[in-house]
Amino acid sequence: MKTFKELKRNLKMDMSNKPSYRVALLGDSATQFLSVALQGMAIERGFSLNIFEADYNQIQMQVMNPASELHSFKPDFVIVFQSTHKLLENYSLSDSNERIQIFQERLNFVKSLPTLLNTQIIYFNYPEIDDSVFGNYSNSTEVSFLFQLRKLNFNLMELAVSTPLFHICDLSSIQNKYGRNYIYPAAIYMTTELLISLDALPFLASRAIDIIGAIKGSLKKCLILDLDNTLWGGVIGDDGIEKIQIGHGLGIGKAFTEFQQWIKKLQQRGIILAVCSKNTESIAKEPFEKHSEMVLRLSDIAIFVANWNSKVENIRYIQKVLNIGFDSMVFLDDNPYERNVVREQIPLLTVPELPKDPAEYLEYLYSLNLFETVSFSNADLDRTKQYQVEAKRTELKQSFASEQDFLRNLEMKSIIEEPNSFNIPRIAQLSQRSNQFNLRTIRYSEEDVKKIQDNPDCFCFAFTLEDKFGDNGLVSVVVISKKDEKTAFIENWFMSCRVLKRGMENFVLNQVVSACKKNGFMQLIGEYIPTPKNALVSDHYKSLGFSLTEDSNEKLFYLDLSTFKPRKTFISANQGNL
Amino acid sequence: MEIMIQMQNIFRDIFDNDSLVISEQTSAVDIDAWDSLNNIQLIVAIEHQFGIKFDSEEMTSWKNVGDMITCIIGKIQ
Repeated sequence: MKTFKELKRNLKMDMSNKPSYRVALLGDSATQFLSVALQGMAIERGFSLNIFEADYNQIQMQVMNPASELHSFKPDFVIVFQSTHKLLENYSLSDSNERIQIFQERLNFVKSLPTLLNTQIIYFNYPEIDDSVFGNYSNSTEVSFLFQLRKLNFNLMELAVSTPLFHICDLSSIQNKYGRNYIYPAAIYMTTELLISLDALPFLASRAIDIIGAIKGSLKKCLILDLDNTLWGGVIGDDGIEKIQIGHGLGIGKAFTEFQQWIKKLQQRGIILAVCSKNTESIAKEPFEKHSEMVLRLSDIAIFVANWNSKVENIRYIQKVLNIGFDSMVFLDDNPYERNVVREQIPLLTVPELPKDPAEYLEYLYSLNLFETVSFSNADLDRTKQYQVEAKRTELKQSFASEQDFLRNLEMKSIIEEPNSFNIPRIAQLSQRSNQFNLRTIRYSEEDVKKIQDNPDCFCFAFTLEDKFGDNGLVSVVVISKKDEKTAFIENWFMSCRVLKRGMENFVLNQVVSACKKNGFMQLIGEYIPTPKNALVSDHYKSLGFSLTEDSNEKLFYLDLSTFKPRKTFISANQGNL
Repeated sequence: MEIMIQMQNIFRDIFDNDSLVISEQTSAVDIDAWDSLNNIQLIVAIEHQFGIKFDSEEMTSWKNVGDMITCIIGKIQ
């Protein structure tokens, strides 16, 4: 972890070309140190903070008064640090019968923040102070400080579950790891109002900046793993499957078992796992297939790369298959030499400096908090499967000299259907999620799709795509409206980016043209409405053989159906109800 | 004097000034950047350097660098 001094030095760096976010910092104790640490840590992560610091003890006033400096500052984030220390002081000063009330009031205040501020809120939870007034009996009486404090922390989590704008920065967890004596500088506090030691501030700042990063889309999505002495003890190629250390029998196998259990939980959360090992592939895979104590199995690994190429080369390959940025990937390897080479060649990749002793791997990795997220849903769960299939396609593609041979070999099939009760939810969802391949970016609700279906002058065609590796489901939709007896207009055409470069648009156009001809149309008109995200399809109609209209304020593209020749495609139609 | 050299290095580091020269008489009035924020950084750096811990009364009693050094000597002997 960078020291406070190093973070402070960062403030001299020129960040004028980097993103900047407006942050209001509210505290009930001195916040200038925290402010410096937050700014310095943000710079570490490649962005800067424009901070408004309220005078301390003004939290309530700044929040409640709509004309306050806080509100007129219009922050992107409000960071609130209310300390356990001050809460304890309040508690101690109150009459015994009013003490529980303090916690209720605090909770009510925090609950009001999202509505009053209507922006992203980062709230430090409460590290515990055991005032030892009741001893262990604190746990048995509601009036003890510790009882109420733990309850408050729990209630804050409940609030976070139901309030997307409200994020907890887990200071309590930081104190659990490093200890209260490390976090709280008792002697210094007496003369300064500083409640967090200079040594601990970078840890706090880091956890808070993790949340800002995650909200702004900086997330780790993939974990790349070395094998020998990283996932198990020993060298599989030399020691063989009987002698590698994993499980509760041999040597420090237990450390690797627990390490794998952690990785498995990440995989279950939706982190993609990849293996990158200097090994013979069949030997490297053996423990995953045959060792009874292995926690991770081949089905958990989206991409398995074991060969004698350099790790840099292999990591670049993994990145290409997954098509995600290096900055969203983490590489774990026990070998300091490999780590340094990889770090040097791929600076954006995160390469943790694993401790020498595998027994220390986990606690060290816990402390880095690499896998921050601000959401979790079921959609995250089957990601491994999707990427495994994509990896197989990439592998196949590399074995063909030409794109065409590859596409032919995929054995692609598509089912074409009009909207029905099964596919309407997916049609609506695809229209809402597709940003890049979306010609006019009209969003349809399920109701809208039903209306199109009921309108005799409108047609909607939905396309699935399946190949020999798996079924992508419904991936493209075209909505057509009748302009006049001879002319059909493409209201919208959108497609999932997962199936780019398969020639899907040629297939779709062939189908649409033949449906239009059956309905007596002579020409088809398309329009491209640019958005910040759909430049991908700016030449869509042109490349499909449409011609641009002569008179145009509007950019309309025409296709003459009588002279249209079906476009080459490697997708065969499984006719639905067209 | 060994301590004085170490102190000077700490001061140079905290105040980010490689040519800074301090003496036993140097106090907060002599160094512009010696504000409360830097003062705490200074205290923590000295504690780390000498492996000692100051109590709150000591922190408020120093008038100059000489007082600090006297206090440090009392702790490391």
